Amino acid sequence: MCRLALKTAIEPFSPYEVLTAMEAMQEGYDGSGLGLLLRGLHFEDYKYDSKHPILSGIAHSEAALQRLNSIMDQRGYELQYDHEFETHPAMVEAKDRYRYFLRVYKTPAAFAGKSSEEVENELMLTRLFLRANGEANGNDLTSFSFWPDVAMIKEIGWPLEIGNALTLHDNRITARVCMAQGRQNTNYGINLYACHPFFIQGIATMTNGENTAFVPIRDWLLGKHFPGYTGYQSDSEVFAHILHYTLKQLKLPLQAYKHIITPLKNSELAQHPQGDFLKGLRDACRRLIIDGPNAVIGTLPDETCLLVMDHKKMRPATVGGRDGAWAIASEMCGVAAMVPDRDPRLDFQPMREHTIIVPPDRKELTIWSQLDPYPLAQVA
Amino acid sequence: MVSARSVSVGPSSLSYTDLPWIIQHREDRCTLCGRCTSVCPKEALYLAYRRQRMPKLDVLKKARGNEYRTFVGIRQKTTMANACIGCSMCTMVCPNEAIMAVPNTNEHRTLFFHNQKGQPQTRGGRRNVSGPNLLDRIMFDRISMLTDPALDAGRHEFTLTTTLGRTLAPEEFLKRQREGGWIPPTREIFPFVIGSMSFGALSPNAWLGLLQGVAYCNEVLGIPVVMCTGEGGCPPWVLRSPYLKYIVLQIASGYFGWDEIIRAIPEMQCNPAAIEIKYGQGAKPGDGGLLMWFKVSKLIARLRGVPEGVDLPSPPVHQTLYSIEESVMKMIQTMSTAFGHKVPVYPKISASTSAKSVLNNLVRNPYAGGLLIDGIDGGTGAAYNISMDATGHPIASNVRECYLDLVAQGKQNEIPIFAAGGIGKNGNVTQNGMALIMLGASGVHIGKYIMQAATGCLGNEKSRCNVCNVGICPKGITSQNPKLYRRLDPDLVAERVSEVFMSISAEMKKIMAPLGRSQSLPVGMSDALGISDKDAADRLGIKYVC
Repeated sequence: MCRLALKTAIEPFSPYEVLTAMEAMQEGYDGSGLGLLLRGLHFEDYKYDSKHPILSGIAHSEAALQRLNSIMDQRGYELQYDHEFETHPAMVEAKDRYRYFLRVYKTPAAFAGKSSEEVENELMLTRLFLRANGEANGNDLTSFSFWPDVAMIKEIGWPLEIGNALTLHDNRITARVCMAQGRQNTNYGINLYACHPFFIQGIATMTNGENTAFVPIRDWLLGKHFPGYTGYQSDSEVFAHILHYTLKQLKLPLQAYKHIITPLKNSELAQHPQGDFLKGLRDACRRLIIDGPNAVIGTLPDETCLLVMDHKKMRPATVGGRDGAWAIASEMCGVAAMVPDRDPRLDFQPMREHTIIVPPDRKELTIWSQLDPYPLAQVA
Repeated sequence: MVSARSVSVGPSSLSYTDLPWIIQHREDRCTLCGRCTSVCPKEALYLAYRRQRMPKLDVLKKARGNEYRTFVGIRQKTTMANACIGCSMCTMVCPNEAIMAVPNTNEHRTLFFHNQKGQPQTRGGRRNVSGPNLLDRIMFDRISMLTDPALDAGRHEFTLTTTLGRTLAPEEFLKRQREGGWIPPTREIFPFVIGSMSFGALSPNAWLGLLQGVAYCNEVLGIPVVMCTGEGGCPPWVLRSPYLKYIVLQIASGYFGWDEIIRAIPEMQCNPAAIEIKYGQGAKPGDGGLLMWFKVSKLIARLRGVPEGVDLPSPPVHQTLYSIEESVMKMIQTMSTAFGHKVPVYPKISASTSAKSVLNNLVRNPYAGGLLIDGIDGGTGAAYNISMDATGHPIASNVRECYLDLVAQGKQNEIPIFAAGGIGKNGNVTQNGMALIMLGASGVHIGKYIMQAATGCLGNEKSRCNVCNVGICPKGITSQNPKLYRRLDPDLVAERVSEVFMSISAEMKKIMAPLGRSQSLPVGMSDALGISDKDAADRLGIKYVC
């Protein structure tokens, strides 16, 4: 089992805080890797305009970095800022890490006339192009995300040691949202892309547990022929894609995610005020039922954070915090390490029907039950 | 040596050792009660009087003579028409355990004489190939071990149902929901469906016993089993009863029984579970249904709207149709309209290399509610032996191909594929069915297995019994002769139906729990399958394990 930690706060904080919280839960993971996602970024040496996309990844050779430069040039992206991590290569297990890149780009002038959907697609396609380019060249280029105000780091090894290797404690990068996971892969082979969180068009999730229905879900998503539904080195990647599909393709409210991945039973639907609609939704999205057990933790472009519990056998996940700072973690000690100055009596352990939402204002939690009425006008 | 002509033999003369079954009769136990001879469906037994000469020689008197004793015993006829079929009814009725039919282990000769009067062999049953089949060899090998323990099959809650009927793509579902458009009807059913066996092929006691069992499963056990009528209609009272919702009405190329059904529509209390349009059958692809005259009783004639005692061969195809495309256009839509677009309508075809093109046709038809593919190992009440044994396509690779074709189009949730043909042939009904489900079927139809398990059919794949076609079923399952079918107690059939489905449910959980699946049926979960046959693994796209 892996351990997850998410912190969201009005005041930007160092991602190293979250890594130390991971240490509190170290008995629960094997320390085989780290995945980090940061939102609401602040750089010590650069005034960042959050409109501009940030490209994160790893160039494994100088040639790969040069190819990256030329691809970005060809696509019309102008480099605004190139964050230089202070790296200690000896502390990293892998030896083919030429450069961890985290770069801010200015989008091409041609984007001005495009709809936001077109721009979002273009950003995704650029990330996928870089990924494919790396894969075609012996995996010498890895691109995790290319999106405004999002940075991602994935590496193999013990999470805190990776933080030290990249000197993440130097406060040169801080963020308002940080997601971290401490295991390289759950059920399949070791692969840099396989570490949580998973990212697609601003939406990111990370997951506890095993996705037993992975193959049928993957097959169905691949059948949508949406370019971003690819990868699947981990069985958990589908959670991010289902959330993307729910919000971006079906344009449903966040609450629908729970109804899609873990629908209510027939007997519960019979009692539910919108049971007929939800039964239809369940049938239409039947191949997306995750059949957990999984606790899914996610973040959205507006810095909303969420925790969705599985329906049959709870995976450990707990949430706590105070006005302005909240933490979601696999264990209570993880929450305590991230937000020590909270009232622990108000910590909440969600049950199988719950979705926890921390809205961008970070004032209080929304605890939404699947048995509650579904917030959608069209089913009235 | 005597001349050949004085011995009464001809090309078709057979002796006991030429027959597939040999009657062993113990005269020391026989009471000559006559029950065995009267129960034998083939009239294979007769009471024989024999005279034995006892030579008598008195040496001292130099006299020679004979004495004779007579004795009686049960003997077996050796004509093809009366060859024993191994049903063992004689053993069951014998009060003294004096008689038994024993399989002939020798290579028997009747195989060469199933063509008397120029008629090829016709029979009931299914493909007479015995031994483990491909489905029996599939293993469920993706056990949740590392990150999460397996589930508890006994205590955990499982969803074991599947969807019958067309499901819209999510985008289209939401659009129609917003606009108040038509949302195709679906049913949540148990994935093991009692396959199409007609009222006519089955006796009234067998058919109604099955229905009673199905109703019990639904209303008492909470297992939503449905059964298909086959091409023979449905008793008028059932059409007007609340039990209709557990019934899939089949329409086939003979349209038998549909006068009654159409007349009953305005009086129906509920909708049927679905409408099945039969275009083909796995046991005899390219053939229509066949009810031989022996079985067209007064009741059957009334239900089917035909005269009594005539053969009822359905045409191989629907005569009004030119092609499957036309069928899709006309017939599916017509049937859907007849039931107010509130009942799923799906076609049944025989497994074939052309199944994919039928499927792709259905994908584009908004009224098509699924596809049932019936493989070569499917059973039938009457067909030519050569059709059963040699014509058709096995189900596993056919279903897999079709499923993967839907996957490539992203349509696998829209058109459910149901599989039939040989599921449970060797008794492993749940294992066979779940293997097909993980290969991509949304559910399976079981006919012959239900006959064997729930009604007590004695037939097997070594030519045992297999006389469903001529109405002499010794258990009364496939006979329309009241003397025979009264042997079958419908209450006991219903009890067996419920036992069978309770057991399948429990076994499904025992398969799903180690895989960590409980919330939905693992349709298409091919990563859970392995087989120790490399070629089969490659063909099915599953793991080769050894």
